[in-house]
Amino acid sequence: MSSGIGDTDLGLNQITDDLDATHALDLYRRMQLIRRFEERVYLVYLQGELPGTLHQSQGQEAVAVGVCDVLRPTDWITSTHRPHGHALAKGVDVRAAMAELYGKATGCCGGKGGSMHLGDPSIGMLPAIAIVGGGNTVVTGLGLAFKLMRTDQVAVCFFGEGASNEGAFHEGLNFAAVQHLPIVFACENNLYGASTPFHQISLVPDVAARAAAYGVRGEIVDGMDVLAVREAADRAVAEARTGAGPVLLEFKTYRFAGHSRGDVRAYRSREEEAEWKERDPIVRLRERLSSTLDAGVLDGMDAQVEATIDNAIEFARQSPQPRAEDALIDAYATVIGRESAS
Amino acid sequence: MSVVAPPATGERRLTIAEALREAIAEEMRNDEKVFLIGEDIGIPGGFGGAFGVYLGLTEAFGHDRIIDTPISEKALTGAAIGAALMGMRPIADLQYADFLFECMDELVNQAAKMRYMSNGKLSVPMVMRCPVGTANRGAQHGQCPESYFVHVPGLKVVCVSDAYHAKGLLKSAVRDDDPVLFFEHKLLYGSKGREQAGGMDLTAHVPEEEYCFPIGKAVVKREGTSVTVVATHMSLYRALAAAEELTQDGIECEVIDPLTLLPFDEETIFASVMKTGRLVIAHEDTLTGGWGAELAARVAEECLFSLEAPIRRVASHDIPLPVAPVMEQTVVPSQARIKAAIQRCCEG
Repeated sequence: MSSGIGDTDLGLNQITDDLDATHALDLYRRMQLIRRFEERVYLVYLQGELPGTLHQSQGQEAVAVGVCDVLRPTDWITSTHRPHGHALAKGVDVRAAMAELYGKATGCCGGKGGSMHLGDPSIGMLPAIAIVGGGNTVVTGLGLAFKLMRTDQVAVCFFGEGASNEGAFHEGLNFAAVQHLPIVFACENNLYGASTPFHQISLVPDVAARAAAYGVRGEIVDGMDVLAVREAADRAVAEARTGAGPVLLEFKTYRFAGHSRGDVRAYRSREEEAEWKERDPIVRLRERLSSTLDAGVLDGMDAQVEATIDNAIEFARQSPQPRAEDALIDAYATVIGRESAS
Repeated sequence: MSVVAPPATGERRLTIAEALREAIAEEMRNDEKVFLIGEDIGIPGGFGGAFGVYLGLTEAFGHDRIIDTPISEKALTGAAIGAALMGMRPIADLQYADFLFECMDELVNQAAKMRYMSNGKLSVPMVMRCPVGTANRGAQHGQCPESYFVHVPGLKVVCVSDAYHAKGLLKSAVRDDDPVLFFEHKLLYGSKGREQAGGMDLTAHVPEEEYCFPIGKAVVKREGTSVTVVATHMSLYRALAAAEELTQDGIECEVIDPLTLLPFDEETIFASVMKTGRLVIAHEDTLTGGWGAELAARVAEECLFSLEAPIRRVASHDIPLPVAPVMEQTVVPSQARIKAAIQRCCEG
């Protein structure tokens, strides 16, 4: 685990029983990286530098970071239309992620994926699946392959509470259950599917409760506390890895930004937003670390994150456009498509 | 290049069901990454798949490699896709092709696009077997939906009509690095379809030794100079029967089984059309937007000045399928309709 803070000796200060200060500081760094990545991306988006649309995840960083922290490089994740945090947490290179948003050749998907399909097989992340619930069935195949190949890999499926009303959620969870697949279904319940509040479209307030219908263990977790996320994920992943899975974790969380660009959030109150911002996972961890670490260390980490993002934006800006003709390859192993004559 | 079908006589004649079973068993023996997944495929005392193709395979390969799923087409398709992404080579089974609409997202948004979205870093080497065709089962268990998938870049679409090509193509499909939808006609699995196919023998010679038949290659089933007839599944057999009758009128049909609809073997069709100057297309899929329309457009683009008459299409009428046999046979392309279309094409 690299915290990138040089020779500062933090290792002896325990934050929790199984987490020392160096490790905790790395969790902080990753969450801050995601937060600042998305804030900076939104600015360059407004300046017209990025094609397409954006779905930001500010507020939800603890879920991505806490879950991915307990995964191995050989474990896999599936993600959603809101994948920036998952990608950075699992280890997609920051520059390659940024370049992908810019639609550049150096992007992690060569410009073919964009914001909604960020991913990189080399670090165990499928191109993010931007169809709500789409990952909930595909992830069963990852788990099935691990089971058939007798590896001890685990697959994590990130999905939102909205996906729990898709048929795919139910089919995927049931199939994973009867096959005892090594999967953790990680629900990010941020209370709203686009503008629709969850209480309006489900009489069951907790997605975790649905696990019982399939003989699966479900657990509600404070998604605004990275240490709680990490602890719950650690147990769930261990269960999945030893064949006692799958497990459904529901992280109660909140997206501070709108659903996508241009969302003025008229469907929820500023008071509600303020309440959730009081629980900002980055602020909370910073406060917790402040009792152990010198403020200078945390400020230094913030500056390092900023420099990383500066570098990534500059890299993306300077990167070449993809070759236009490359749009016509990679649908098949060998090109078979017929080009339109006109 | 066209390939003339193997001789109709041979010492080892198999049905399509037997040939498919052989192909699956061989590929499972050859590659431990090949496995089966579907509903009712390996249950002891069960059906061995909706049409018995898997009978005996569980005994040979065990339940680890023959995975019975809940009635969850989205889950089983997603599972096949995900496993393929991890390097396995699943053969997924749909009891009826009509159920494809249950897993359209998995096939069209996920399987077909994962390679592309990953910039070529991922593959989805899976096969999905889909039985099609009318057999007095009505509107939701008799459709021929292959044309929907011809419209999906990233998928390959195969239609088999005889045991030799069924085996060779299924083996190629399993080894292919892209997702393949494999369409088989219910009436052609065994001997049941013989009567409806005009009394023709539906078995074919299948060699003892292993072989693959390439995806993307059509086969000329009958050579002729008067008119090119391109047909699949039951329509192929009806076209062949019509062709025999039409020799009395001096019409020599060249009958082609395209075998693969995506990618389409244009070369074989264009060469034939340039020779005959006439084209009739017959399929059991409905007319509007069917793959015959795509083929007609391509021939019009590339061979227009070789055509001596308008292209004719014979397809199921644009209507859901009824059950009553007399009504059903009105909807699907009969031998008489195919014959009439060929005659009309040859009049011009």
